[in-house]
Amino acid sequence: MLESVLFTLGLGLIISIALSFASRIFYVYEDPRIAKVENLLAGANCGGCGYTGCSAAAEAVVKGEAPPNVCILTSKENVDKIAEIMGLEPGTAEPLKSYNDCDGGERATDRFYYEGLNSCKAVAALYGGKRDCPVGCLGFGDCIRACQFDAIKMGKNGFPVIDKEKCVGCGACERACPKPILKVRTMSDRLLHLNDEDDAVAPCAQTCPAEIDIPRYIHHIKEGEYEEAVDTIRERNPLPLACGRVCPHPCESYCRRGIEDEPVAINHLKRFAADYEMNSGKRIPIEKAPDTGKRAAVIGGGPAGLSCAYFLRRAGHQVSIFEAMPKLGGMLRYGIPEYRLPKKVLDWEIDGIVNLGIDYHTNVRLGRDFEFGALIAAGYDAIFFSIGAWSDYQLKIPGEDLNGCYTGINFLSRVGNEEQLDIGKRAAVIGGGNTAIDCTRTLVRMGCEKVYLVYRRTRKEMPANEVEIDAAEEEGIEFIFLAAPNQVMGDDEGRVTGLEYLKMELGEPDASGRRRPVPIEGSETLLDVDMIITAIGQAPSAEFRGKGDRMDDISWSRKNTFEVDPATHQTNVPYIFAAGDAATGPALVVDAIGGGRKAARSMNLFLKGKPVTPQPKAILNKHIQDTIFDSVAGIKQSKRVETPEMPVADRINNFDEVDLVISESDALREAGRCLNCCRYCYNPDYEIQA
Amino acid sequence: MGDIFVLIISCIFINNIVLAQYLGNCPFLGTSKKMETAVGMSMAVIFVLTMAGVITWIVDTYFLVGLGIEFLRTIAFILVIASLVQFVEMFLKKSIPALYAGLGIFLPLITTNCAVMGVCLINVQEEYTFVEALISSIAYAVGFGLALVLFAGLRERINIGRVPKPLQDTSIGLVTAGIISLAFFAFKGMV
Repeated sequence: MLESVLFTLGLGLIISIALSFASRIFYVYEDPRIAKVENLLAGANCGGCGYTGCSAAAEAVVKGEAPPNVCILTSKENVDKIAEIMGLEPGTAEPLKSYNDCDGGERATDRFYYEGLNSCKAVAALYGGKRDCPVGCLGFGDCIRACQFDAIKMGKNGFPVIDKEKCVGCGACERACPKPILKVRTMSDRLLHLNDEDDAVAPCAQTCPAEIDIPRYIHHIKEGEYEEAVDTIRERNPLPLACGRVCPHPCESYCRRGIEDEPVAINHLKRFAADYEMNSGKRIPIEKAPDTGKRAAVIGGGPAGLSCAYFLRRAGHQVSIFEAMPKLGGMLRYGIPEYRLPKKVLDWEIDGIVNLGIDYHTNVRLGRDFEFGALIAAGYDAIFFSIGAWSDYQLKIPGEDLNGCYTGINFLSRVGNEEQLDIGKRAAVIGGGNTAIDCTRTLVRMGCEKVYLVYRRTRKEMPANEVEIDAAEEEGIEFIFLAAPNQVMGDDEGRVTGLEYLKMELGEPDASGRRRPVPIEGSETLLDVDMIITAIGQAPSAEFRGKGDRMDDISWSRKNTFEVDPATHQTNVPYIFAAGDAATGPALVVDAIGGGRKAARSMNLFLKGKPVTPQPKAILNKHIQDTIFDSVAGIKQSKRVETPEMPVADRINNFDEVDLVISESDALREAGRCLNCCRYCYNPDYEIQA
Repeated sequence: MGDIFVLIISCIFINNIVLAQYLGNCPFLGTSKKMETAVGMSMAVIFVLTMAGVITWIVDTYFLVGLGIEFLRTIAFILVIASLVQFVEMFLKKSIPALYAGLGIFLPLITTNCAVMGVCLINVQEEYTFVEALISSIAYAVGFGLALVLFAGLRERINIGRVPKPLQDTSIGLVTAGIISLAFFAFKGMV
């Protein structure tokens, strides 16, 4: 009896001594909060959170990778206590949610007839599944069986529909799916994800430089869900009001309906949705991730800068914008005239962006009002350059400095800034781009009696948007093609009296594929004008360089722009990023918006201390192989909606907006024309007989 | 030498701890849904079982038998195994963090694994020598791992098979385990 008692006590003693020594010798420092958090979790090691057991989940919470409400079994009080330990608001760490990429389902075509087991995994084992589409849903619902929370249902069209309320983001569906269809991501990861080869993206969305999910927002409009439509656009483009007005919509050139019929008026629909929000008087709330405590500076508040700031802010970073001009908006405000994009509309849109909590300073120019070193001293973790391309090219012809000569962007920005300018009676604008057209149409509205547009090639080669050229023609602009300015004539007081140009003829195509104009000797012609605007292109102005600070280390390209990695928008200085015209040279607003988002993705990685690497399968606006068709079956011809515009007589003497928004009934009809394409499948107008 | 070989074969196949002695069924069913997990669990069991077998043999031979208090065997073994697992966990975390991370939650799960307890008790009941106890512990653990990996492979295939609703998941798992167990009875005639 005594022995047994002594033995038990002895064993207990030895074990406790051994363990206490061991715990001292083998002590590993662990954040004390991990143990505290772990005590508050359910302790069931159920794996419902997606981590291997409760201690792994607790570690993830403390590392900030999982939200306080990660545990699906723990009570509300415990979630609050965990949040208190972590110093967070309960449930504010960014939650994961499952998203379905495929909306093809039953409509997609099959490669073979399958009669085997009702399981996606089983059919995927046979030649990668029965669908023609490599990313299409197989429709047997492995994800539905994998979901422990009853959050996924099979929709009537044969692809899974996720109940966002019930989804806890555990990732079971993503693991169950043999294809890359269900993706469990945080909101910010989704916003900053670039379209890639495994995504279900329609040709239009592949083309869009901002990568907007076009079929999805058009589908929302069709269903009358205008707010959801705006929300979908805002996931990729923070400036739908501006883009809806000025975008030359490259997407429409790849519209699948456009192959057999007139393309869907995608941009009109975007504008309709955006205008609907503005006219409804209430702003749709914009979701953003909890604060990360990291700070980024954005130099230049144009479309690229606003886009980058918007996405960084939504990802939870603190952003400050530094703008040289008196107001935010960049080229949108100072390059695009009032009649195309009213300032009132732009103000409303920019207010919505800065209201996310973006801090901004205007009238401060880098190199004039503050030095680069000051930004570093102020503790910004990353810096984004979107200074645009504001420095006009010169013609380098005699007489260019005479009184009455202007340059394109300089002229437009002074008009935009409401400066009083001397407008001549007869004016010539040199150049064939959108800036040149904008100058001509602005001059007409400012009371100029005769406006010429002088371009050295022909109308076919003009880089300006077709609709803009048409509108300028309607407004009485006279085009002088195949004309190269030779010299500017002036009078004794140094005022412009005329423009002498040489007539040209088209020769062999040059590197850009356009036929090179060759001057005809002895063809000097004089144009009688008293004002000349040169709008032949721009480059970023680099006046902040050469001051002996870090800015001089940044690689500068031959085109006089920031040299960046095209996939990450990072410069050779790791914490400096650039996009927009400053990195690409003059391009579209929507290119700048897309560039801002791509830079925001890299900056988000950089700010979170991860390596800034390109997304491996990103398509970067190249088309996915075989998704661009030559012909499309099942299309019934239908008329595209016409742009409502103000009559020429009412518009040429004022700056009122020319193009108007389409009506709700037109929008619904136009949305109905959309085939809701994905990579391969689409909804035809009538059944195709195989 | 021949005896040792017979012992190894007997522990792995004939008296397989799961399929012939029906011990350790909860981790057998719980961690066999995926091959990856099954391999992790097998490694953890081999590691812990070897240590537990040796230490409990020492405790039994030198203390329990020596003092004539064999009736305390169960309770003493529980204490020893539980604290051993704790000790190993601490040791690995400090010294071999990679292995610790690899074994993950399986280490603490083994604390409550009846196969470990079972092997320790068999070792003393069969009156093995120290070397025999060591070899039987390793062999039983390998047998457990073999059964678990075999079973996980089958379950991965069953997962994509057409299983009637009432039989899905654990039910079909138990049926399969029964059939493998029957197959293992064929080894009975070997020795």
